[in-house]
Amino acid sequence: MIKLIKIILLILIFTLSFQKILYANNNYLLVNKISKNLRCLICQGQSVYDSQSDFALSIKILIKNKIEEGKSEKQIYDYLKNQYGEWIVYDPEFNKKNIVLWIFPLILFTFGGLLIYRKVFIK
Amino acid sequence: MKKKIYYSILFLFFIFIFSVFYLGLDKPNSYTPNEYSNKNLETFTSKELFLNDEFNSNDIIENNQFTLVNIWASWCAPCRSEHSLLMGLKEKTNINIIGLNYKDKKNNAIKFLNELGNPFEKILTDPDGTISIALGAYGVPETFLVNSKSKIIRKYIGPLKTENILEITKIIK
Repeated sequence: MIKLIKIILLILIFTLSFQKILYANNNYLLVNKISKNLRCLICQGQSVYDSQSDFALSIKILIKNKIEEGKSEKQIYDYLKNQYGEWIVYDPEFNKKNIVLWIFPLILFTFGGLLIYRKVFIK
Repeated sequence: MKKKIYYSILFLFFIFIFSVFYLGLDKPNSYTPNEYSNKNLETFTSKELFLNDEFNSNDIIENNQFTLVNIWASWCAPCRSEHSLLMGLKEKTNINIIGLNYKDKKNNAIKFLNELGNPFEKILTDPDGTISIALGAYGVPETFLVNSKSKIIRKYIGPLKTENILEITKIIK
């Protein structure tokens, strides 16, 4: 009887600890994912993920803390954007300032498409 | 006629592209932080360097018309150079200065203050640098001038200069 309880307890502890490892690993992956999308502001040309500067290391700890608090990925980006401005994220927002950036390729494609259409089908 | 319209559209299109890139050339491509933000400084709670008990930054900020929040560390050379300016400012204006000790060892920080003097009202510690990130700082040293409602009036990135001290003195008068 005692042996059985011992075995059950062992299995329980084992699964619980394993779950914890899995959970921690998940957070770790999310921290990596978020920090890859952030620009390290004091070391230009590097992401927060790549950088070993004090600034980047602190941001990584902050992201980890925020995830543990239960904040979503978007909430973390918004939080950092509020502190450091849009420049910190690699993905440019769709707004008035960036409209040319987003619309220009579309214009180019339509224009090029029209040219091809004219050349191939008309005449 | 049709060809004319076609070519003029093409011409306008290239003029447009040219002007976009030309204007883009003028913009500085390095990141320059905004020194005059209209944001509020986040309140932060942390351990006091000497007393070792938790302390909230708002306790000082709320009760004074102006407060200076200075991020420093004993290992940072520019902090050493700006320290005499902070001492001078404290002596002249008696403004309340909160120090945020960034990623530092307690012994080294105390040694630094014993050597160069202590202009700070309270010194809160930031052992992993997350408080500084929450304040929107880039590194050490960095200084914020805030009013009693925590609004950031000035933000100085890097060591304070004599003209910054003059500006602060002018604002708080």
